[in-house]
Amino acid sequence: MVDVAESEQASRRMSLGHDDVLRWIRAFGTEVDANKEQLTQLDAAVGDGDHGINMQRGMSAVLVKVDAAGEEQDIGALLKTVGMTLVSTVGGAGGPLYGTLFLQMGMAVAGKDELSPDDWAAALEAGIAGVQARGKAEPGDKTMIDALIPGRDALKAALAGGASFEDALRQSADAAGQGMRDTVPLVARKGRASYLGERSAGHQDPGATSSHLLLEAAAETWGEPEQTG
Amino acid sequence: MKKLINKPEDVVTEELQGIAAAHADLVRVQFNPHVIVRADAPVQGKVGLVSGGGSGHEPMHGGFVGPGMLDAACPGEVFTSPTPDQMLDATKAVNGGAGVLHIVKNYTGDVMNFEMAAELAGGESIEVQAVVIDDDVAVQDSLYTAGRRGVGTTVLAEKICGAAAEEGRPLAEVADLCRKVNANGRSMGMALTSCIVPAAGKPTFELGDDEMEIGIGIHGEPGRERMKLAPASEIVEKLAVPIVEDLPFESGDQVLAFVNGMGGTPLIELYVIYNDLTKLLDGRGITITRNLIGPYITSLEMAGCSITLLKLDDELTRLWDAPVKTAGLRWAA
Repeated sequence: MVDVAESEQASRRMSLGHDDVLRWIRAFGTEVDANKEQLTQLDAAVGDGDHGINMQRGMSAVLVKVDAAGEEQDIGALLKTVGMTLVSTVGGAGGPLYGTLFLQMGMAVAGKDELSPDDWAAALEAGIAGVQARGKAEPGDKTMIDALIPGRDALKAALAGGASFEDALRQSADAAGQGMRDTVPLVARKGRASYLGERSAGHQDPGATSSHLLLEAAAETWGEPEQTG
Repeated sequence: MKKLINKPEDVVTEELQGIAAAHADLVRVQFNPHVIVRADAPVQGKVGLVSGGGSGHEPMHGGFVGPGMLDAACPGEVFTSPTPDQMLDATKAVNGGAGVLHIVKNYTGDVMNFEMAAELAGGESIEVQAVVIDDDVAVQDSLYTAGRRGVGTTVLAEKICGAAAEEGRPLAEVADLCRKVNANGRSMGMALTSCIVPAAGKPTFELGDDEMEIGIGIHGEPGRERMKLAPASEIVEKLAVPIVEDLPFESGDQVLAFVNGMGGTPLIELYVIYNDLTKLLDGRGITITRNLIGPYITSLEMAGCSITLLKLDDELTRLWDAPVKTAGLRWAA
């Protein structure tokens, strides 16, 4: 029997360990699996219809890789393994972009076995900077950036305002979701969807959709009360 | 989905096994990561030519590996850019000490993956230059988009640059030549039917029985406009006029006219298109001095065609005529 105070205590997460990060990566893999059809259909409307298939192939390879790597890696190395695996298995635009996101996140937290909420925010910030350097997209171009940047900003604002990590993660995921929905009326200016010009308006961006899944997986995985024995 | 396949996920690997078995005299195929390399690579002292892109456009690019054209091709999954590790392996395999040219079609994924590969190759002290082909006039060229897509001119650039590399010209010259071909080539395509990516299992887009899509991309990306099916002569006008006016091609110009099949259109129809194209160009005083007709840059089983015009001069004509020996394109001197 756990009393209320103790369970409150258990749900106040102050840091992320290797296992937590791994659970998030697995949860993202599960989300990609579950949403493969939706991602592919969104992509077929404005691009070439392979985003869900590519991300699923990449995340399947990632799960095999991280299982083989075991727990000897620090969190930075774990994230870099994810990034390198995505770069070499996803292809398309998603491979370099998601690969760079994880590689830069990994470099931002190199050597760490534990991440504070601020470490997580810094990792996300570095990852997004990498995606922008690689893809040269700005907010409003109708890309994954349109989910990631609101997600990053909401996280930082919530943490700065003294919110708990769980609340900050939830606000981050919700802001990413809003950013994703806000891509619907946009005219694409980057990626294959930009070839459609005005005809890209009216469709939700597939990259923003998978990026929302990434932050949603973090909020769901780390927002739950920590598992106790 | 009706396709001659075993399992959708095995299509590319099994295709490559077939190519390895069929063309062992021309190429060797490396698996995981997938690379098609000229059998005698690396050719010492010769600039290596590497291209690559999603599979499903055969014979491009793997069918263009061999003497007089590409040294290596990196096949991605169907309609999906290959990955930097494939491109790095290909670059290393063809580096004969004179550097390597990456010929990249202008798609966001292809460009970014080739960029990462060039960075990795630079780390291994291999000199790499990249030229991006962006010849599709169906797409608005603007600072605010990813720019024009790379389509038919890619085939011509690979042939012409392959001939120049074979002559022993240095990397900077071969790269300049590639830019020259890109600057003088323009294309536009159209579709009568959609195509089905094996892993997706259903058509990429829907077209009514009486409709066609003008300005289609080679991955089934929607084009400029969807309209009622029209006679071949009107389709040629829809494609060729924007091409001619874009460069522009002018009276007195000599051109290579490339009528390409998208994969599901028979040659009989491509020759009908070519006939109408000759009339249209005649009327504008433009002379076709070389031609290429057939399915060379395809879009799986899509029915339709594209037209590419390349403005020729003596240098480009001579390099086009130079011998080539690949599975997809082959002629003697």
